[in-house]
Amino acid sequence: MGIHIVVCIKQTPATSNVQIDPVTGTLKREGMAAAINPFDEYAIEEAVRIKERLPGTTVSVITMGPPQAEESLREAIARGADQAFHVTSRAFAGADTWATSYTLQKGIQKIAREKGPVHLILCGKQTNDGDTGHVGPGIAAWLGWPNVAYVKKVESIDDKKVVVHRMMEDGLDVLEMDLPAVVAVIKEINEPRVASLKGKMNAKKAAIAKWTEIDIEAEKSKIGLAGSPTIVATSFNPPPRKGGVRIEGATVEEKAKNLVDKFQEMKLI
Amino acid sequence: MNYFLTEDQQAIVETAREIAEKKIKPVREKHDRDDSYAWEVVEELRKADLFGVYFHPNYGGLGGAGLELVLVVEELSKACGGIALSLAATALGAFPIILFGTPEQKKKWLPDLASGKRLGAFTITEPEAGSDATATKCTAKKGGDFYILNGVKNFCTNGEVAEIYSTFASTNTSRGARGITSFVIEKGTKGFTFGKKEDKMGIRASSTYELVFDNCKIPAANVLGKDGQGLFVAQATFDISRPGVAAQALGIGTGAMNEALNYAKVRRQFGQSVLSFQSSQHMVANMATRLEAARALLYAVTRAMDVDLHASVEASEKSGKTVYEEMKRVGSGRWTKYSAMVKLFCSDAAFDVANDALQLCGGIGYMKDFPVEKFLRDAKITQIYEGTNQIQRNEIGSMITKELASKGA
Repeated sequence: MGIHIVVCIKQTPATSNVQIDPVTGTLKREGMAAAINPFDEYAIEEAVRIKERLPGTTVSVITMGPPQAEESLREAIARGADQAFHVTSRAFAGADTWATSYTLQKGIQKIAREKGPVHLILCGKQTNDGDTGHVGPGIAAWLGWPNVAYVKKVESIDDKKVVVHRMMEDGLDVLEMDLPAVVAVIKEINEPRVASLKGKMNAKKAAIAKWTEIDIEAEKSKIGLAGSPTIVATSFNPPPRKGGVRIEGATVEEKAKNLVDKFQEMKLI
Repeated sequence: MNYFLTEDQQAIVETAREIAEKKIKPVREKHDRDDSYAWEVVEELRKADLFGVYFHPNYGGLGGAGLELVLVVEELSKACGGIALSLAATALGAFPIILFGTPEQKKKWLPDLASGKRLGAFTITEPEAGSDATATKCTAKKGGDFYILNGVKNFCTNGEVAEIYSTFASTNTSRGARGITSFVIEKGTKGFTFGKKEDKMGIRASSTYELVFDNCKIPAANVLGKDGQGLFVAQATFDISRPGVAAQALGIGTGAMNEALNYAKVRRQFGQSVLSFQSSQHMVANMATRLEAARALLYAVTRAMDVDLHASVEASEKSGKTVYEEMKRVGSGRWTKYSAMVKLFCSDAAFDVANDALQLCGGIGYMKDFPVEKFLRDAKITQIYEGTNQIQRNEIGSMITKELASKGA
């Protein structure tokens, strides 16, 4: 039988080379082309693949963001999601990962009230602008649901349980969780498809719900900049790497000798 | 140049381009080298709904016609003219059914062709019947509500991988051209097997097979059009299918030119980029001009043809008559002359442009590590199949003569 999946996505600058404003310490987003956070594309694709495995499954997508973030929700529908929800209001501006995960889970609770219980929440492991990886696990904490991050494979799933493979630095964990649960995926999990033509046509017509803090019944003290406990002490662009030293030599042997000479000169050996 | 595509046509171009860049380019060299079929790309084309762009929505299609097909084939061929054939040759197999199919025949075969679930193919060539299709030796003997097929077809594009074949056999050998009948044959039919797999110069990612019919029993319900009308079915199909080959050629030529430009821009000789030499610039100017002229002719002809095609397809869905009958009713003349012109012009342009592109790259262009030699090998076939360019000139010439005669000149 089918399940209900909610995918959390974020519209971010379409590059992993985001510059930081040295004065305010925030990300410089003005004038940058925007796209779905690349890690979230894998989450959308995985949700659509689960839908193909479990007929009757519904894929909902949610984002918190400014009006133009609606484009990313339409893109998600083009890639196979069924419905999309846009949590948007000036009151959400400046949210850190604590306030963001609070807001998203309030939105997900509203989706569940209106569209039926949610079995699985899928997220990308992190965004390419903030890079924290907090939001997926944060949502799970607010909801009191189990969660696994760094997932590279959904081995099996039904309406009761999910078995996933988690990539760890020292190996692979195979974990079973009761649903509902939260899963954050890494890029090794799949190769996202190209949005279909019928998907693009559906995306153009889709009605996307817009919800404010009042609609999702959020407490004002927990959202936006005011609700964010994080204080950015300082942030900066790391200095660009200088070019390395090229070890020259006509033969491999000569190169090896020159390398050893260099190490000795530097008193490394 | 702005060709004033509709929003839907623009979406088709973008989707096909994304698949060409992300899914075809990374695998084209492997499939060309290994002579293997790009099923992983076919799966992407299915998921993106690209197989369905030129089918009526009643069969799960997107309601486009010739131009939509042309746009897809051109974009895919910019990356690989061989892999593009999975879709383009399916169209060639589907057109006889679209044009001459009864409502039952269309319902039976078109949905799977529109979704790409089953691939299609078209097969008319025989060892002794190439340009001269009247020399068909393949026979179909009627017996009650079935036919028994015997004979061999060769050079079948999408052979073995396709599941729905439009084919031709003589039902009355004494009547020559008027004794040929068109059939749909499904893969798996008893007595229908695959012979030799061809080892080709280009389009190696496309499978080309010999088909063997040995007392193959086909239901009479699989006849397209009327008994003896087969050559007519073939000619009417070519009239609307040749823009597809032209689009493949145009894509190949454009892909070759793009690779050559990128290389000539960065390649430095005598202290300057190779592209900056006047000899290169003149070459590039000729290449680009011919391709743009080819594109303009192709789109213009296809658009004009689509006006008739759209009207006839819509009318056919309502009346239950064949699309071909409706084409006659809307006063659509034969498109032979113009479809031959686009096939001729685009394929000659593609071959010459690919040849110049290779020349522009110099030695590296000749190497298999670099994609340009493959474009040249792939371009060559477009001057040969679906009617050699000599046959295209015959067709154009004979139509012009007929037009003159009808004016009483």
